[in-house]
Amino acid sequence: MTERSENIPNTEPGAHGSKNEILLEMENINVSFYVQRGVIRAVKNLSLTIHKGETLTLVGESGCGKSVTAHTINQLIPMPPGKIESGSVKYRGRDLLKLKKSEIEALRGTQISMIFQEPMTALNPVFTVGEQIADVFMSHQKMKHQEAFSKAIELLDLVKIPSPAERAKSYPHQLSGGMRQRAMIAMALASPEPGLMIADEPTTALDVTIQAQILDLLSDLKKKINMSLLLITHDMGVVAEMADRVVVMYAGSKVEEADVYQIFDEPCHPYTLGLLNSLPSNPKYKNSARLEAIEGTVPDLLTLGDGCPFANRCTYVSEICAEVFPQAVDLGKGHTVWCHNYTKIDRSTNVEQD
Amino acid sequence: MNRIDRNTDLLQVHGLKKYFEVTSQGIHKEKREVKAVDDVSFTIKQGEILGIVGESGCGKSTLGKTVLRLHEKTNGSVLYRGKDLFAKNRREMKDITRNIQMIFQDPYSSLNPRKKVGSIIGQPLRIHKQGTTAEISKRVEHLLDEVGLNPRYRGRYPHQFSGGQRQRIGIARALALDPDFIVCDEAVSALDVSVQAQILNLLLDLQDKHKFTYMFIAHDLAVVEFISTRIMVMYLGRMVEMADKDDLIQRHIHPYSRALFKAFPAANPRGRASREKIVMGDVPSPIDRPTGCHFHPRCPLAESRCKEAYPPLREISPGHSAACWVV
Repeated sequence: MTERSENIPNTEPGAHGSKNEILLEMENINVSFYVQRGVIRAVKNLSLTIHKGETLTLVGESGCGKSVTAHTINQLIPMPPGKIESGSVKYRGRDLLKLKKSEIEALRGTQISMIFQEPMTALNPVFTVGEQIADVFMSHQKMKHQEAFSKAIELLDLVKIPSPAERAKSYPHQLSGGMRQRAMIAMALASPEPGLMIADEPTTALDVTIQAQILDLLSDLKKKINMSLLLITHDMGVVAEMADRVVVMYAGSKVEEADVYQIFDEPCHPYTLGLLNSLPSNPKYKNSARLEAIEGTVPDLLTLGDGCPFANRCTYVSEICAEVFPQAVDLGKGHTVWCHNYTKIDRSTNVEQD
Repeated sequence: MNRIDRNTDLLQVHGLKKYFEVTSQGIHKEKREVKAVDDVSFTIKQGEILGIVGESGCGKSTLGKTVLRLHEKTNGSVLYRGKDLFAKNRREMKDITRNIQMIFQDPYSSLNPRKKVGSIIGQPLRIHKQGTTAEISKRVEHLLDEVGLNPRYRGRYPHQFSGGQRQRIGIARALALDPDFIVCDEAVSALDVSVQAQILNLLLDLQDKHKFTYMFIAHDLAVVEFISTRIMVMYLGRMVEMADKDDLIQRHIHPYSRALFKAFPAANPRGRASREKIVMGDVPSPIDRPTGCHFHPRCPLAESRCKEAYPPLREISPGHSAACWVV
């Protein structure tokens, strides 16, 4: 399971650096939330590998556990009610779950950084953005204020904020949404060797012309400083734009994993196929009057049984689906699917024309 | 795709303006105007789905609300079936509002959390005195069924439903009085993509059945492209381009429309290597719109005249118009 992209020709625009070196390895992570109504198993038996310099996207709908997965890595899960039940998260060989709080904090500021969906709530409103970025340098690298502040201006320039020296003196509310997100990215880069950037829906709150620019910025930066990116999104368009490899999640479980071309060309899980078919921009709908929607709704995580969580919405469902969660099926070239009936899937692109 | 005959103008909008007054904070309080909708004219023909697309702050939602007189206009006129909406008094307006309805973006805040679903959907029927309690109750059950919800759920509260189901409740409420014209304001934006597809299909099914006319407001170009028959692109209060859907997809002339189409991520990883980068900065504040053409500071084609005056709307081909000096 750990060896994949090696066999694939490096044609992806994001391909560079050594892909084989493993940066982060999550194994068998289980995260639960203990709430009044019961236990929510937000992430189940999840394993992930992020290689150096690669962009891994976690894609799925609300409540599928993609943010919880990200928060497990830098341990931002509120405990209680949350609990990491089992598993390990190895970053450069060290198990993050066994580190002391102070060690984790040091790592968060220097190697694993995070950008959030809503930059207005993630930035501190009473400090200028320059101060906030400088603060990272001062606390983690023991820099003097003046040096840290000029470093902050350099970073604002790196993320292409116009007139960075003046903007560094602006408060978050004085910046537009796109500029705030750039400032957030600058803050995430405020370390000597950024290894992994976790971006949790970084463009969801932004307009589409701004989104395009932020995505461009992220791919440029990734090339420039050879960091890895864990990108969390619900938008298959963003996946198509950014991903090297894709993990599709549904109701807390990984259901398919493959490189981005395999996901779009040969989706093997009915849910992945359903997601692609739900996109109005899918070229198959050029002359069609209806979308092929996935019927039904996401199940309640509190009452989820042991079977495949997608069973109640799946067109290919069989008896076994409701009882047993499927084993991983290795389709070669790093493509893995968790489905009992993946062989039956119908990928024909011709919908009934109106 | 032949939906209905499209000869009658259902809605005629002429030079519609909606300005909001804002007071700046600070010591020197200063009154300024946000020109949310600025001189917009268009018609909607019966049975048509007019998509309105633009980024936040472009005035698309204000336009939708002003067209239904949920906002009073600043200037201009809105004729619904030839009758001026803004010339009506409250009683006359009530007769018209039966036929014009709205579906809102946020299915969480647009339903009263303290009322049962049956009561929410039945409210328009009670306000307009459409039958006895028993008749209304029967109609509510029918409406729930029509939007794909179990009629037994009528005694539940909104929080007991998922986002997609709540949006169905909002749709049922809009259908209650059997309207002709429905404004959908970002009706699917808050939904997950698989649920979004269900709701889009539902809106189209309902349109086929009841011959509705929709004004479909969204920021998501793919959704607007899919559902609309005609598309209007808005930028900072103005209409910058309008054309039939297929025409616009093939030829988007205005530099802003081009940027919008270019920025929209295609559902195909193979496109990304060839995709042109857009470098155009951020949307300016609607309070401080740039002079001349509002798009000129971000426009790659801007010339000196673009800074001086706003370009008039020009017809490029029949049914296709754009407001740009250069192209």
